[in-house]
Amino acid sequence: MVALTDSLFAEARNEQVDVACSHCGLEVPLGRIALETTEQFCCAGCQVVYTAIRAHGLDRYYCMQAASPGAPTPARLSGRNYLELDNAEFLDSYALRLGANLRSIEFFLEGVHCSACIWLVEKLARVAPGVVESRLDLGRTLVRVVWDERTTQLSRVAQALDSLGYPPHVGRDVKSRELRQLDNRKLLIKIALAGAGAGNVMLLAFALYGGSFHGMEGQYSALFRWMSLVIGLVVLLGPGSLFFRGAIAALRTRTAHLDLPIAIGLGAGTIAGTINTVSGQGEIYFDSLTGLVFFLLVGRYIQRRLEQRATDTVERLFSLTPSYARLRQGDTVREVPIEALELGQLVEVLAGGSFPADGRVVEGESSVDLSLLTGESRPVTVVAGDNVFAGALNVARPLTAQISALGRDTRVGKLLCLMQDCAQRKAPIVQLADRFAGYFTVASLVLFVGTYFGWRLLDSRHALDHAVTLLIVSCPCGLGLATPFAVSVALGRAARASILVKGGEVLEKLISAPAHRSSVFLDKTGTLTDPGLRLIEWHGASNQRPRLEAEIAALESKVNHPVARALSHLQPTDAAHLPLSTELLQASGNGVEGKVDGRHLHIGSEAFVVAALSDKHTINTGSFFPQWATDASQATSKRGNTPVWVAVDGSLAAIIGVGSEIRSDAKSTIAALQGRGFRVAILSGDDPTAVRMVGAQLGLDEMQCHGGLTPEGKVQFVEAAAGHGPVIMVGDGVNDAAALSAANVGLAVRGGAEASLTAADAYLGRPGVGVIVELLDGAARTMSVIRRCLWVSLGYNVVAAVLAITGSIGPLGAAILMPMASFTVLAIALVSRTFDKTLTHSVTSGAEWEASSWK
Amino acid sequence: MEVIYILMPLAILLAAGALVAFMRAAAGGQFDDLDTPPYRMLHDDEADVPVPNPGTPSTPTPPPTTLA
Repeated sequence: MVALTDSLFAEARNEQVDVACSHCGLEVPLGRIALETTEQFCCAGCQVVYTAIRAHGLDRYYCMQAASPGAPTPARLSGRNYLELDNAEFLDSYALRLGANLRSIEFFLEGVHCSACIWLVEKLARVAPGVVESRLDLGRTLVRVVWDERTTQLSRVAQALDSLGYPPHVGRDVKSRELRQLDNRKLLIKIALAGAGAGNVMLLAFALYGGSFHGMEGQYSALFRWMSLVIGLVVLLGPGSLFFRGAIAALRTRTAHLDLPIAIGLGAGTIAGTINTVSGQGEIYFDSLTGLVFFLLVGRYIQRRLEQRATDTVERLFSLTPSYARLRQGDTVREVPIEALELGQLVEVLAGGSFPADGRVVEGESSVDLSLLTGESRPVTVVAGDNVFAGALNVARPLTAQISALGRDTRVGKLLCLMQDCAQRKAPIVQLADRFAGYFTVASLVLFVGTYFGWRLLDSRHALDHAVTLLIVSCPCGLGLATPFAVSVALGRAARASILVKGGEVLEKLISAPAHRSSVFLDKTGTLTDPGLRLIEWHGASNQRPRLEAEIAALESKVNHPVARALSHLQPTDAAHLPLSTELLQASGNGVEGKVDGRHLHIGSEAFVVAALSDKHTINTGSFFPQWATDASQATSKRGNTPVWVAVDGSLAAIIGVGSEIRSDAKSTIAALQGRGFRVAILSGDDPTAVRMVGAQLGLDEMQCHGGLTPEGKVQFVEAAAGHGPVIMVGDGVNDAAALSAANVGLAVRGGAEASLTAADAYLGRPGVGVIVELLDGAARTMSVIRRCLWVSLGYNVVAAVLAITGSIGPLGAAILMPMASFTVLAIALVSRTFDKTLTHSVTSGAEWEASSWK
Repeated sequence: MEVIYILMPLAILLAAGALVAFMRAAAGGQFDDLDTPPYRMLHDDEADVPVPNPGTPSTPTPPPTTLA
């Protein structure tokens, strides 16, 4: 065992072989490589999860994970105790009672991504005894857990899920989710009934058509007709009643809805068919009518599933806002649900936790990650008296804060309200087919009346026959199917290319934006730049650099802080510098102190290093630090990077500039967008100088770089630009969320905050911004497919209508023509290329992929 | 051909049986989640008891031997 580890270590040392994390398979930072064991971990989260999985004999997870596709992600756990879940009131409102001792609840899970995850989550009973069943819905990342109250508590179950790397969040909107599910099931049952009825009536109709060519005994044809009538009435009065109700609603609101001609067609056909069946002569229509009901219902079902995917995303957002707080009363601290908090109370926030409310720090000193609100990825130092905001992440050490605003009154709460407002103010979704509906309704009714009276003058016996044939052929079967089907096929393909689009209207809006009048606004941090920080510049003796980098990486890998994480990824150019022993002496939000191979290191902000060194030597800082250091530090901040000072054994060794790197495809994407005629600009909350620096590198002049914007400021900007033409906003943070909803089309990039995913119309699931161009091209192709489908089905309708008016075809011809229209439309939608990876290929470098999965 | 008076209702009855079976499945929620089951069926069945020796994930298959 020892020999094995030694050789592994030597390998890493001498040959620069990447050591892979035993859990997630990502590269292990050199500072984290452990000597004693073969099991290596890239972070503490992976280690906890790996241990939990091994301890419960669930090793097979790793075999399955290796076999399933998808990018590896390091495990992230909350490490919470979830005690608030055991609250009786909480259980009564969110958990269902299934029997005397059994209860069930639904959790949204973070980190579920592959088929191996399904297996692991469903083996929850092994990790948490007392769990009776756990079933995962991969599409919605929702798990339903049934547990036995006598043997376990819900907090234990939640802890077990957390220890497997899937932090659970309680789904709040239990009732509406259940209602939606019931609705879905009802629609599915309707489709089944309509489909079975249509199939059987069609079989009978074939017999009747055969009979009409070759002759059939009267008693049999009467039997077939009566059976068609019975089945037809079941279908039309059952599932078909949906369209009659829709038509009545349309009449009440005096709007032309597609349901109206459908309902009139169905109604007239049913009445005529019934009369003809009873009288024993003429056509019975039920084959066409039932088929129509079936196809239209299928179209609706597809559409509804797409809409629900969007609703689920909103729900997941609300489940992610912190649901509990650590309330401090006197000397005791207990976890309470967030609803129980009151203004003026004291809450404790541990390192790694997020603030449940806005407030003022009364005790402690730490750094706070405000990226949720400002988009700024570097944490801010806070001391007693500073304000903190709900949703902000406490990075370094525990803080106690006095609550000054709660819920909707907090800054993030106001931002979410703003986002909802913007989303509601959006123009109502106008489906392409619906635009036809008004004309279509009027046209088919006029033609119906015209045909009926026209034929009464010529041949009164067949007048109703021809008129009903017309209504059947003009029923927009293909028209109704074309849009939802083409859109769902395109969305499915886009999803396979990792672009999640929330609905067909998004594609329509993307393409209806004429490029020369449209603006594209891009957020800087996390969108144009890589999420996460990296070492950008180095000031100091370059011959010292390799050894120092290795030592910094070793020390910083022991600390959890965004800057530390960036520095822990430094790879020494010469492996001989790999330090052998690392000892962490002190860490705060401002810096770290430690011993690496006997050398005493101070790494941190200027103030931290200066204070540490003055303590030791009581020297005059002015003379101690050379001019180059101060200059380098100032230049670094001017460029938008954070200066990190490094001192070795009491003397200053280097100044490091830490910042975010511009994505490799950012420049080419901006050029491509400008080439298409879009006006491109950067909207950022960062310092204006830093924004201009980035803009200059991307080929944008100062007028197109707007820095120092608040979330509200971004919305104003978007709204001002919306006056000139459509606006596409691309962003990743909560600070972009409101602007994303305010824009005509909002795009969220990979690694973004959950709020931005909710506000956005589409989520670009691959790293980089090049996907934007791919999406625009795919949308254009999809819209041309939809148009083609609509024209084809409209063509069928016009030809068939002409044939019906002239009396050239009877209902038999209509019954053959109409399904053909539908099948042509389906074939076009399936065969056409929309989102194919081969069409627009965006280059993704490995480093970028890794950076984004690290966030 | 009078047999058709028996065969037809019988056929309809069969179809109705299948329809009722589907409706019960739909009402029972079997079609709520269409994403997970295709993966779930790939997981091998195994006795749900803790494995005594967690450590060997899988045994390598022996190399194919030629028939002597």
